[in-house]
Amino acid sequence: MINPVQVVGSAVIAVSQAAGRILIFAGGAIGNGLVGPFYWRQLGRQLVEMGYQSLPVVGLTAIFTGMVLALQSHTGFARFQAESAIPTIVVLSVVRELGPVLAGLMVAGRVGAAMAAELGTMRVTEQIDALATLSTDPMRYLVFPRLVAGLIALPLLVVVANIIGVMGGYLVSVFKLGFGPIEYLNRTFEFLELMDVVSGLVKAAVFGFIIALMGCYHGYNSEGGAQGVGTATTRAVVSASILILTANYFVTEAFFDR
Amino acid sequence: MTEQPKIRIRALTKSFGPNRVLRGLDLDVPKGGSVVVIGGSGTGKSVLLKCILGLLEPDAGSIRIDGEEVVGARGKKLTAYRAKIGMLFQGAALFDSLPVWENVAFGLMATNSISRPEARDKAIETLQKVGLASATADLYPAELSGGMKKRAGLARAICTSPEIIFFDEPTTGLDPIMSDVINELIRNSVSDLGATALSITHDMGSVRKIADRVAMLYEGRIIWEGPVATMEQSGDPHVEQFINGKAEGPIRLGG
Repeated sequence: MINPVQVVGSAVIAVSQAAGRILIFAGGAIGNGLVGPFYWRQLGRQLVEMGYQSLPVVGLTAIFTGMVLALQSHTGFARFQAESAIPTIVVLSVVRELGPVLAGLMVAGRVGAAMAAELGTMRVTEQIDALATLSTDPMRYLVFPRLVAGLIALPLLVVVANIIGVMGGYLVSVFKLGFGPIEYLNRTFEFLELMDVVSGLVKAAVFGFIIALMGCYHGYNSEGGAQGVGTATTRAVVSASILILTANYFVTEAFFDR
Repeated sequence: MTEQPKIRIRALTKSFGPNRVLRGLDLDVPKGGSVVVIGGSGTGKSVLLKCILGLLEPDAGSIRIDGEEVVGARGKKLTAYRAKIGMLFQGAALFDSLPVWENVAFGLMATNSISRPEARDKAIETLQKVGLASATADLYPAELSGGMKKRAGLARAICTSPEIIFFDEPTTGLDPIMSDVINELIRNSVSDLGATALSITHDMGSVRKIADRVAMLYEGRIIWEGPVATMEQSGDPHVEQFINGKAEGPIRLGG
């Protein structure tokens, strides 16, 4: 018969061990990376891969999210004659929550998976071993530039996502719901505070780091050939997505719990 | 007084869980010599190589390079040791994201303050030494055939003029003619550089072509070691069974 205490205990131990391994991995990458040399070319490549090439998917997600948000807010708020709050609702929702979270989840699916697959393939084809024999620390060369790219690229993506998301709300409100363009923009910025934007960008940096860390950790430690690479890719996306949603709560609480 | 071996391995052990792969292995590789370790699949040849390269930490034992202990080496000591070595991996292990010339010059750029144009020139020169045209330099590894990958991998291994070169199954997956070409290139490259070579393989054609001395690895130990010319008359039934490729004999494969 299954002992529930044993099952829960085993799960807690497994999660704790995984968390410990990930922390040691991150510490090793950051510690080695800070010592240098720093691989600027690798950072540039990762910024293009993670930031520039994610623009279409993040932009599309943001514009439709802003449009749906305006529509949904309108259908709800019209019942209370509170349509004038729509621009504020759209901008605060996008800037504080939906921009960073949706961009994070989309990038986790696109880039986190690609990182895990690339590093996993490098592991199983001995390319990571080859790096070491060529007097190059794989943590410094492969992992640290990706972590830094995650920290930089996602906030930049979220700035773009915020602008496009607000624009989506603007388009629906002005061309479908009858708002005046100037009126909509004035109301958009009327209640927006610097902290709203800053909190969203801090979230984005945290999410970017999480995505890169999960992609690198699972890829770097993959084993068992093609199947192992597939498993690493799945784990990278799932763990990054869960951690993004978890971290989102704690960062939100840190900023707005008063 | 006998000359100190380039590589001296003593009582090397390595286990993975209950699986004791290396069980007190001793091996000497003389300076400028070419030693080939033979043995069946799963006998620990790759584990031995990875322990020497510092990619795996042995459970016990000693590995000395030029008299310096490298087991447990970290930081600058490990970097200095690795600057002396070149390695040709079984699948060549070229970096997919870099063109061939950057693969070849990677070690050069990592250890020397050399400009990219200089590194590219050196890479093309080395590619030509292994029989690859300069036009290959700008191709990516995915665009190369198996034989070309091995040549590019060999070019990467010798580009830094290493003191020691390791070869992991250098002819696996190649047709007999290309295998002979690669063996010839290995022999010439090692003698041109005056390097010490340690190879692992189960291709007896390769052994006869590139080895000065042969060591047979079985059940985690070197059970026979001697000049390649005496391999056929070793008197050891394990060696005789292996080099003649017979199913009958003392070696039982686990599958």
